[in-house]
Amino acid sequence: MKKSTPTPVTGAILEEESQLTLGELCMACEVYAERIIELVDEGVLEPVGREATQWRFAGVSLQRARIACRLQRDLGINTAGAALILDLMDELEQLRARLNRLR
Amino acid sequence: MEFKDYYKIMGVERDATQDEIKRSYRRLARKYHPDVSKAPDAEDRFKEVGEAYEVLKDPEKRAAYDQLGANWKAGQEFHAPPDWDAGFEFSGGGFTAGDASAYSDFFESLFGQGFGAGPQVRRGAFHAHGEDHHAKVLIDLEDAWHGATRTITLQVPELDPQGHLHTRERVLNVRIPKGVKQGQHIRLAGQGAPGLGKGRAGDLYLEIEFRPHAFYHVDGRDLYLDLPVAPWEAALGSTAKAPTPGGIVDMKIPPGSKSGSKLRLKGRGIPGNPPGDLYVVLKIALPAADTEAAQTLYRKMEQELRFNPRAHLGV
Repeated sequence: MKKSTPTPVTGAILEEESQLTLGELCMACEVYAERIIELVDEGVLEPVGREATQWRFAGVSLQRARIACRLQRDLGINTAGAALILDLMDELEQLRARLNRLR
Repeated sequence: MEFKDYYKIMGVERDATQDEIKRSYRRLARKYHPDVSKAPDAEDRFKEVGEAYEVLKDPEKRAAYDQLGANWKAGQEFHAPPDWDAGFEFSGGGFTAGDASAYSDFFESLFGQGFGAGPQVRRGAFHAHGEDHHAKVLIDLEDAWHGATRTITLQVPELDPQGHLHTRERVLNVRIPKGVKQGQHIRLAGQGAPGLGKGRAGDLYLEIEFRPHAFYHVDGRDLYLDLPVAPWEAALGSTAKAPTPGGIVDMKIPPGSKSGSKLRLKGRGIPGNPPGDLYVVLKIALPAADTEAAQTLYRKMEQELRFNPRAHLGV
């Protein structure tokens, strides 16, 4: 029997996806707004807009917020600690990319 | 079903104190956390350690587990003895339905439904969002250049109505958008694990990884190409042919170019807004001195050019 190929699904590139509101980000991360506001205060997420009600988050925030929430939940890390880990992970990622270029 | 040695997984002796177990758990949880670790089996190890801790941190469960005896070896075929937990008082505090799929059959057979007197009130009316799934897709540079459709096969763990875990193969046809960069994620909404109850399905994240290319290196949307040139092409300047993913171009080599000189072809990298650039790095290639004529030419250069390549080293 011929295996049918499913119709192609199209996804958006997360890093370039349209802007998310605070509410949408909370839904996607399954956390209360307070958790997200803490991450903004810590500088982990950098929304555009002055008031929380006007905040718009870039697509990449979703991934960062989820990692931060998982680290806090699984390892009992506080917000500042999660922020530090995310920064170090970014740096590690850049160094790995550079290493790959040199090889 | 295989016996699981929770003490071995936790890396502690059977007589370890609760504090030692806790310390060991925290160390292993950091080491294998799937967001942090690059180990391919990190997620499985993390779950395994979590399951072991679930049993060993709870003095009641630990005592019940200990009573199975120390003679079991990890991986040995195992069946829970009937009434193995008789004589133990369990005060509930077991696992919740939301966690059920995270634990092994071994755990389930010991501490699953009906373990102790703890009522399973959460069953039935439980709703939870489906888990997000993550996978990597290897693509060629040309796929990012033109856009492509890729068929990927995912192994999806599933619980059947009896609560047993199976893996099912799932074939997905995914459009790779033109201009995607290394390390970016494609989000496929609702393609992750199905939700429990009325919970919505999780999302599927595909991380884009480029297969190494024979001659281009990728950095974001920029491409790097090492272009060999003859000494006279670099010294006198010339026009040389260079490959780009969009076709062969004629490159102007300025006179006096050195090995390692970088020439930029604006907008010739991976398409996008803005498109990347193509950097051509010149590498001077030496003709072999394998004929009388070639050797004579090299000797002539030696005599007439008075060239000291090590002048800047002071020698």
